[in-house]
Amino acid sequence: MLEPAAYSSLGELLADALVQWKTETALLELDRARENARLRYSDVGRAVAPVARWLESVGVGPGDRVALMMSNQARWPIAALAVFLRGGVLVPLDYKLTGEEQAALLEHSGSRVLVTEAPLLRRMKTRPRVALLVSDATEAEAVGCTRFEDLVLEGEAPACVPRRRDDPACIVYSSGTGGRPKGCVLPHRAYLEQLGALLRLFPMRPGHRTFSVLPTNHAIDFMVGFVGPFACGATVVHQRTLRPEFLVSTMRDHAITHMALVPLLLAAFERALDERLDARPAWQRTALDLLGRANLELTRQRPSPDLSRRLLRPVHDAFGGKLEVLFCGGAFVDRARAERFYALGIPVAIGYGLTECCTVATVNDLRPFRADSVGRSVEGVEVSIHAPGPDGIGEVWIRGATLMLGYLDDPEQTARAITPDGWLRTGDLGWLDATQHLHLVGRSKNMIVTAGGKNIYPEDVEAAFDGVACEEFVVFASSYLWPRDVALTSEALVAVVRPRAGQSEAEVGRALSERNLRLPEHKRIEAWLPWAQTFPRTASLKVKRDPLAEQIRQGAGARSLLPLTAAPTAVFARSR
Amino acid sequence: MTTADVLPRLLSLAATRFGKSVDALSAGDDFFESLGIDSVEAMSMITALEERFGIEIPDYEVQDVRTFEDLAAVIARRV
Repeated sequence: MLEPAAYSSLGELLADALVQWKTETALLELDRARENARLRYSDVGRAVAPVARWLESVGVGPGDRVALMMSNQARWPIAALAVFLRGGVLVPLDYKLTGEEQAALLEHSGSRVLVTEAPLLRRMKTRPRVALLVSDATEAEAVGCTRFEDLVLEGEAPACVPRRRDDPACIVYSSGTGGRPKGCVLPHRAYLEQLGALLRLFPMRPGHRTFSVLPTNHAIDFMVGFVGPFACGATVVHQRTLRPEFLVSTMRDHAITHMALVPLLLAAFERALDERLDARPAWQRTALDLLGRANLELTRQRPSPDLSRRLLRPVHDAFGGKLEVLFCGGAFVDRARAERFYALGIPVAIGYGLTECCTVATVNDLRPFRADSVGRSVEGVEVSIHAPGPDGIGEVWIRGATLMLGYLDDPEQTARAITPDGWLRTGDLGWLDATQHLHLVGRSKNMIVTAGGKNIYPEDVEAAFDGVACEEFVVFASSYLWPRDVALTSEALVAVVRPRAGQSEAEVGRALSERNLRLPEHKRIEAWLPWAQTFPRTASLKVKRDPLAEQIRQGAGARSLLPLTAAPTAVFARSR
Repeated sequence: MTTADVLPRLLSLAATRFGKSVDALSAGDDFFESLGIDSVEAMSMITALEERFGIEIPDYEVQDVRTFEDLAAVIARRV
């Protein structure tokens, strides 16, 4: 691998990777079973050159921000590399947000260029007033922008513009929900430090194939599905459709070795696996079960992929037979599911981090495998528990070289998030055990993370319930109201409602359910709590959330919640 | 093919796949809600529909689709 400590910027490291690994396969792009593109590192260099020259031609120089909004495909890393070569600051935007949300973040980021694809541009109501580089655009759509397909391929790439380690590399938005955007400004140092630490724990090499399915703007896939494999000469595989069956067939057909995913996808893989196992005769299932237990015993101290593959060939064949590790983060992982995969010889490395501190702050190093914790702090990161109670539980604080410089143009929120001596207050509650493994138990901030890895703030959901029939209404995260009682794998949005005089519970439930249906699944409210007392309010009549939450904690438990019929589909068995 | 042609075949496939009665489903229903499925299961239903109708639907065309009716319209455009 290239040693990240030897570089001062991502651009220099990635430029070297193109030379160092020139004969290795860098990118493989598939659309269902078809192969769209197969590029060696030297080919990537040739593909990057015209994009970098175009960026130069529209005036992108050191420190200029360039937004990149594309679904996972070979052009994503190609465009990102071109931005870094120009010394630019990459603003990766989530292609799954709505057009309005994307436009707002683009504006907030102050980007002077947007690199995107036509289907995403069509979803934006008005065309952004920045220089546009667009793929797959029709002739009509191409007016006023440059098409990827029209770039002139011949010619050299401009030389890499040097950057210092403390210069910004990326601005990553930590949440796509409405309200105040938080653009985490992450320096080159953060990525280089994190990359070195992670590759020492999970080495990659040429011949390894990483499957990039999480959006690459997401901190985890940026590392596992782009920068990590590039530093090691491994191959990044992209599949243009994210249907589970094509994901599984791609893993099988292309013998994937590494992959980052969110709990929602891990659950989908388990279903795919179960379907395959259920199709076998009973005696084979029993035999596999016994072999799974034997494998668990034999690999308790550390994973042994070769041994597990021999023992459990039918399981491994379903996933291509080469899988070494699945990185799972972005939300909270169901312990039983992670343990089941491990028993089958597929280690699931559980990590915990925030966009504010690059990729991960803690990760399970698999020595030994533990699914009861989110792992130990990675090299270069300090984790401490602030003001722990008698049970050792307090707010998780993080410090180290991987921390962001701050939120873009928002000193106020930055000062709230980072203490003067450099600790990031995460808003998550947890405790450290004797082996310094971190355990998360709830939140001191009012938000939830969905199984798909989305941060949802209750305040952003409330607008959809404006004017709903009741006296008073507010939305909370269940993990914030009852941090010690609600498991983070089952946290949900809950409404607290003061009904009108004479209004029945059924009436309130119906009114809430009706509004719920108008929201996308991940923003729906799962249950509600009838609350008879008047809500405490400020002079300007805003609900005082913290005092109300405290009153609720004193007066009611999570068991008093009433379910809603239009609640989001439970991915995990909800335990309340 | 029109949306009206596609709709009954769509509803029947969805009902069979997720063990619902076809009478319990109607065109304007949010299919996540009426089938009780998550986004991953919805995608696999769409793949099954592609096979039934012999078409390919890019993911971005169904990204914001939530009702049977809208899904039928997407399919009808491609058949």
